[in-house]
Amino acid sequence: MKILVTCKRVPDPDQKIRLQADSREIDSENLPYILNPFDAIAVEESLRIRETHGEPVEIVAIGIGVEECDKTLRTALAMGADRAVLIPWDSFLDPWNVSGILEKIIQRENPSLVLMGKQAVDGDSNQTGQMLAARLGWAQATFASRIEFQSGGKLKVERETDSGIETLGLNLPAIITADLRLNEPRYASLPSIMKARKKPIERIETSELGWAPDPKVEIINMSMPQTSRKKVRLTDISDLVARIKEALKTN
Amino acid sequence: MKILILGEYEKNGMKRATQSAIRFAQSIDPDAEIETIVIGWQMDSVIQDFKRWSNVLIADHESLAVPTADRYGRLLKTIVLERNADILLGATTTFCKDVLANAAGQLGGAMVGDIIGHDNRDGELLFQRPMYAGSVVATVRLIGTPKILTVRPSSYPPSAETGEIFTTTKMEIDAAVLPDLVRYEGLRSQSSSRPDVTEARVVVSGGRALKNSEDFETIVGGLADALCGATGSSRVLVDNGITPNELQVGQTGKIVAPDLYVALGISGAIQHLAGMKNSKTIIAINNDSEAPIFDVSDYGMVGDIYQIVPDLIKAFHAD
Repeated sequence: MKILVTCKRVPDPDQKIRLQADSREIDSENLPYILNPFDAIAVEESLRIRETHGEPVEIVAIGIGVEECDKTLRTALAMGADRAVLIPWDSFLDPWNVSGILEKIIQRENPSLVLMGKQAVDGDSNQTGQMLAARLGWAQATFASRIEFQSGGKLKVERETDSGIETLGLNLPAIITADLRLNEPRYASLPSIMKARKKPIERIETSELGWAPDPKVEIINMSMPQTSRKKVRLTDISDLVARIKEALKTN
Repeated sequence: MKILILGEYEKNGMKRATQSAIRFAQSIDPDAEIETIVIGWQMDSVIQDFKRWSNVLIADHESLAVPTADRYGRLLKTIVLERNADILLGATTTFCKDVLANAAGQLGGAMVGDIIGHDNRDGELLFQRPMYAGSVVATVRLIGTPKILTVRPSSYPPSAETGEIFTTTKMEIDAAVLPDLVRYEGLRSQSSSRPDVTEARVVVSGGRALKNSEDFETIVGGLADALCGATGSSRVLVDNGITPNELQVGQTGKIVAPDLYVALGISGAIQHLAGMKNSKTIIAINNDSEAPIFDVSDYGMVGDIYQIVPDLIKAFHAD
């Protein structure tokens, strides 16, 4: 079985984001970048499937973006992915276009399972997996918190929804997007980091894939929302009670 | 303009999140032809309620009894093309994120999610949406139609009822053309007598300071009940199995904006703030005086929630 996992390079979500002077993009200078945490969960899940699956499993990590995505893919390789593919692209891509590139890669690689993060923590769109499933006509399970392989290529997936945990049964091929509780990604050991340096990262141009951009979302500008709060410190329970009552009365 | 809304319901009526989506549709074009789509099986009482808010398009069929993205997505695609709709939209919920993005993948991909504001610039719609856990608000435009949108319910008040009863149209469903890629095997939810966290006027949330489910229930649940509010949770308690996932407030959980948000023992990671920072009044209690939650709070008290909250609950019960 072949599993394809997506690996997006995103700014470290614990760092403070700043905008460029023209407010069209974030200021990426000196910003540390990491593997999208939800994609790291997807990579981890693919490794666990390989560790417990009866048959051989090949794990291919896919990156789309600037040359530095090389490093992001090395993270996935150090965790245990077998090889990686980088599709160079140096400008904004909306979910429709990311899913379009992934569709082409899938036609080339023929995986039976695609694991991806439910969203990337930069754009927070939460659309690419669903659009990809729709394009391919594959089964879709978003927000997965548990994946269980059953006999005959069947899968049972638990999903985190607003109203509780939903269980779906699906057949391969399928697209599954990972939620937080699916697993806790491992840290790569030093030997596996060294080993990952020798693993291949293939570069495929979009032109080779027969893909051309078809933009659907244009970002016109960005702003930093400011919320001003009173920030009053209270020491007395009776003050706290009074403030709560006041908040309940407004409106 | 022709706008279709993917409706959501519980028991007998429309969810407030859908009423917010209707309000959004009315506000982007007051002259729009609005139709709310209700999908499911045996929904008579639901339909009676939906008629109070807008025209209703009914897809009522046994083959649609459970909400799977493959079937609902295909059905929505068919409806949008048949109706020649300009916009298909819904609230930002797990249901709409799952189904509408799938539909968008079949309808050309002009989609923007989690809209918190909009403008009309020379006849063109511009949308505001948060990125980077809400650190940034982007203004975007969509190229092409139909446009698929999800709208953050807390950014648009529910649509007002006018007393008018709207018309309904029942669709013919041909189950043979619907895909069958996924089997729905059930839903486990923790039933709660408290209001839904996204719809409550008051939300009391607990964080790392809570040691177990019993303490969460006594302290967070106790204060929520005293204030007739809902309970919420930071991510760490869900990860540790102390609270169910449907209580998680934050970037990847639920986004809330109640009149009052009380954060108990929550440090205030940016991912949590993304889910609650638009609340009208925020009150925090935390034993760490440096906790970032105090920077986004109107009122803060430094101390142990295990000591302070029982006193608070007593004060409200005494009234």
